[in-house]
Amino acid sequence: MDIDVVVLGGGNAALCAALAACDEGARVVLLERAPRAMRGGNTRHTRDIRHAHGESDEFATGVYGEDEFMDDLLRVTGGATDRNLAALTIRESRTLPQWMARHGVLWQKALRGTLHLSRTNRFFLGGGKALVNAYYDTAARSGVEVLYDTTARDLAFQDGQVSDVIVDVGGVSQKLRCRAAVVATGGFEANIPWLKRYWGDAADHFVIRGTPYNNGVVLAALYERDAKPVGDPRGFHAVAVDARAPQFDGGIVTRLDAIPFGIVVNRFAKRFYDEGEDLWPKRYAIWGGLIAEQPDQIAYAVFDGKVKGKFIPTLYPPIAADSLAALAEAAGLEAGALIATVTEYNLATRPGTFAPGDLDDCATSGITPPKSHWALPIDTPPFYCYPARPGITFTYLGVGVDERARVLHNDGTPFANLYAAGECMAGNILGRGYLAGFGLTIGSVFGRIAGKEAGRRARA
Amino acid sequence: MHELDLTREIDRQLSVCNACRYCEGYCAVFPAAELLTSFNDGAVTYLANLCHDCRNCYDACMFAPPHEFAVNIPKVLAEARVRTYERYGWPNVLARLLRSGWIAPVAIGVLVFGAITALGGPANLVTRHVGPGAFYAVVPYLALLVPALAVSLWGLFVILAGAREFARDVALPRGPSLNWAAFAKATAGALSLQYLKGGGAGCYYPRRRGSSARRRLHGCVFWGFLAAFVSTTLAAIEQNVLHIRPPYEIVSAPVLFGIAGGALMVVGCTGLLVLKPQSDPVPTSDSMKAMDYAFLVILELVAITGMLTLVLRGTSLMGLVFSTHLAALAGLYVTAPYGKFVHFVYRYLALIKNAAEKSAD
Repeated sequence: MDIDVVVLGGGNAALCAALAACDEGARVVLLERAPRAMRGGNTRHTRDIRHAHGESDEFATGVYGEDEFMDDLLRVTGGATDRNLAALTIRESRTLPQWMARHGVLWQKALRGTLHLSRTNRFFLGGGKALVNAYYDTAARSGVEVLYDTTARDLAFQDGQVSDVIVDVGGVSQKLRCRAAVVATGGFEANIPWLKRYWGDAADHFVIRGTPYNNGVVLAALYERDAKPVGDPRGFHAVAVDARAPQFDGGIVTRLDAIPFGIVVNRFAKRFYDEGEDLWPKRYAIWGGLIAEQPDQIAYAVFDGKVKGKFIPTLYPPIAADSLAALAEAAGLEAGALIATVTEYNLATRPGTFAPGDLDDCATSGITPPKSHWALPIDTPPFYCYPARPGITFTYLGVGVDERARVLHNDGTPFANLYAAGECMAGNILGRGYLAGFGLTIGSVFGRIAGKEAGRRARA
Repeated sequence: MHELDLTREIDRQLSVCNACRYCEGYCAVFPAAELLTSFNDGAVTYLANLCHDCRNCYDACMFAPPHEFAVNIPKVLAEARVRTYERYGWPNVLARLLRSGWIAPVAIGVLVFGAITALGGPANLVTRHVGPGAFYAVVPYLALLVPALAVSLWGLFVILAGAREFARDVALPRGPSLNWAAFAKATAGALSLQYLKGGGAGCYYPRRRGSSARRRLHGCVFWGFLAAFVSTTLAAIEQNVLHIRPPYEIVSAPVLFGIAGGALMVVGCTGLLVLKPQSDPVPTSDSMKAMDYAFLVILELVAITGMLTLVLRGTSLMGLVFSTHLAALAGLYVTAPYGKFVHFVYRYLALIKNAAEKSAD
C-alpha cells in the first residue's frame, strides 16, 4: 500500500493529525497500540477543552480573550513556556470548536454542578471517549486506515528523512513506508522503570490515572535519533487519588475531592500542608506532588460526619469508624498520633461561616501548617478517611517542535518530514503546572498543524 | 442474577458513575443518580425505568468492559426493568407463567382460535359473510364482547395495582411538587421520547453511531397503537350509541383510524425487528431481548391480521383471517400486564417522579 502519512498514536492529537492530513488529500494510516475497546489513550479520560473565544454561546459562557488565556498560562507555568508556540496555540484555539464540530464532536450544554469552568472550557457531550469515538468514526468515513494492536517502535531514516515506521504486530516486526510521520504517542507515565530513574522505588507507589499504553517507547527512540528533549524529565502532573485505585486507568473516579473538607495526614498521622490554601479546583492539582514527597507516598484525607456528602465521592466507600481510635486502626495509623493531630487541629479552629464555594473565614490559628479556609473541627462521628496516593495524569518530558509542528534536532534545526503533537510535545508550551483542558488544546492545535503540514508535504 | 445481587451490582456501577458524571448530558438517569449516595432497591427500580435504553453511556464509558470496573449501565438497568415487570405483575404465579417468551401467547392464541372453530364449525370460517353483522357471523357478539371486556378489565386492574405498588416502592413524591407542571413535563417527555435523543447525539442503536431511527419507529408503534385503540372505541360508539353495526365503510372514522394505526404499527414493529438483531448484544440483557421480540412479533401479528381482515372482508377468507386476528389479540391482551407492554406505565411514573423532583429542586 502507498502511504503518505503514518500517525503514531491513537488519542486526540493523533486523530486530529490523521483527520487534518486526510483533509489535505493524504492517504493516512493511524497506529493505535491499544485494542479497539481501549483506544484513544488518555483522551478517554478527558472531558473538556480550553479555548479562547470572543463571545458566549450555549456551550461556553462569557468571553475568554487571548490575553487572559496567556496570563493564565504564564501564571500556572511560572513562565516555563515557549512564548511563540504558546501564542500560536492560544490563537489557533479560537477556531477549534468549529473544526471539532465539523469532524463530528458534539458539545454539552452548560449544566449545573461538577465543574465551574464553563467560561473558559467547552465540554464534550459524554466526555473524552465519546470524542474519541466521534473522531474514529469520522476517520473511518474519510478513508483513514486504523491499525489497532499495532505498536510503533522506531523510525527508519534515508537521506535524513523519515522513510519508514517500524511497527510491532503480534510480536512480528514490520516496516511501513511513508512520506511523512506524525508522532502523537503521549508521555511515558505508564513506564514505571523509566519513572524510577528519577523517583527510585517511590514510583512503585504511584498510581497512573490513564492508559497503560503510554510507555514512551517512541519518545526514547526519537531521542536516540537526535530529537531535542524538552521539559523536566522528573516532572509530572499528579492529583491525589484513592489509594485503592488500580495501578492504571482508574481515571476521574478515583480522584479525591474531600481534601478541603478535612485534614490530610501522612503515615505517621501528621499533617504536612495547608488543606485550605486556595479554591479547590485550583489546588487539587498540587496534592499528587505533595503526597509523592511523603514517606511511602501515602496519605489519609480525614473528615467527619457533618461534611460527608458535600463533595464528589470516589468510587470506593471511605473507611469509616465511630471513633478516631477505631478509624486509625482501620486505616493502619497509630491511634494516639491521629487523636493528637486531630485534637491539636480542632483546638486551633476558629468560629467562622463555612462556605465551601468561597475563600471563607474558617481558618486555624497557631498551628503549622495552618489550614487557611474551611477549617471546621473534626468532631462529629462517624469519622471517615480516604487513603491517598499520587495519581499521575501526564508527564512533561517531550521533544522540541517548531511552529509547523516539526520535531527539532538537538541543534534546533527541524527534521524534514517528522512531526509531533500532543503530550509528547506539550512540555514546549506547558512546561510546568496545570491548566484544566489545556492538554487537549495543545493536542488539538498541534495535531491539526502536524496533520496539515505532513499531508501537504507528502502530497507535494 | 439474584435480586439482591442485581441491586448491589447496580449500586456498585452507579457509584462509579457518581464519581465520574461525564454522562450527565445524555439523559435524566445520571443527574437523578447524582442526588443519591447509595442505591437501594427502590432507587434502582426508579432509575432503571427512567432509562430509555439509548445506550450512549455505554459507548462513552471509559470504564466499560474490558476495563476492570466493568461498567455497563444499559445492561444492568435492562435487567432491573425485567425485574420490575415481573415483580409488579399480580398475582406472581400468573406473572411467572405469562411473562416474556412465546409459549404463553401462542398457547392462548391457539386456544382462542380452537374455541372459535369449535363454536361455529370449521366450515363457518371459510364461508363468505358480508353486510351488517358479518363479523358476528364468525363469532357471536356476546362471545366476543364478554371475554374481551373481562381480559381488558383484568389487565387494567393488574396494571393499576402494579403502578400503585411501584409508586410506593420508588417513593413517588406526594404534595405540591406532584403538580400539573410535573405531569405535563413527564407527558411531553414520554410522547417525544426525549431521552432516546441522547442529549442531542441521537441513540447509538443499532450501531455505534447516533441515529433517530429507533425513536421514530417506536413513535410509529405508539401512535399506531393509540390510533387502533381510538378506532375500536369509535366502532363501539357507532354500534352501541348510533346503532350502526360493523363492518363500516372504508371512509368512516373507525376504519380510517384502523388503517392508520395498523399501518403505523406494521412499519414500527417491522423496523424495530429489523434493527434489533443488528444491535450490540453487550449493553442489554437476554431476558429483555426475549421480551422485546415476543412483544413486537405479537403486536405486528395483531396489526397485520387486522389489516388483512379489512382487505379480505368481502371474501370467504375473512372468517379465517378475523379469527386469527382475535387469537393474536387474545395472546397480546392476556400477556400484556405481565410482559413488555407495561413498560410505558413504569417509565411514565419514573418520568413523573423525575419531573416532580426537578420542580421541587
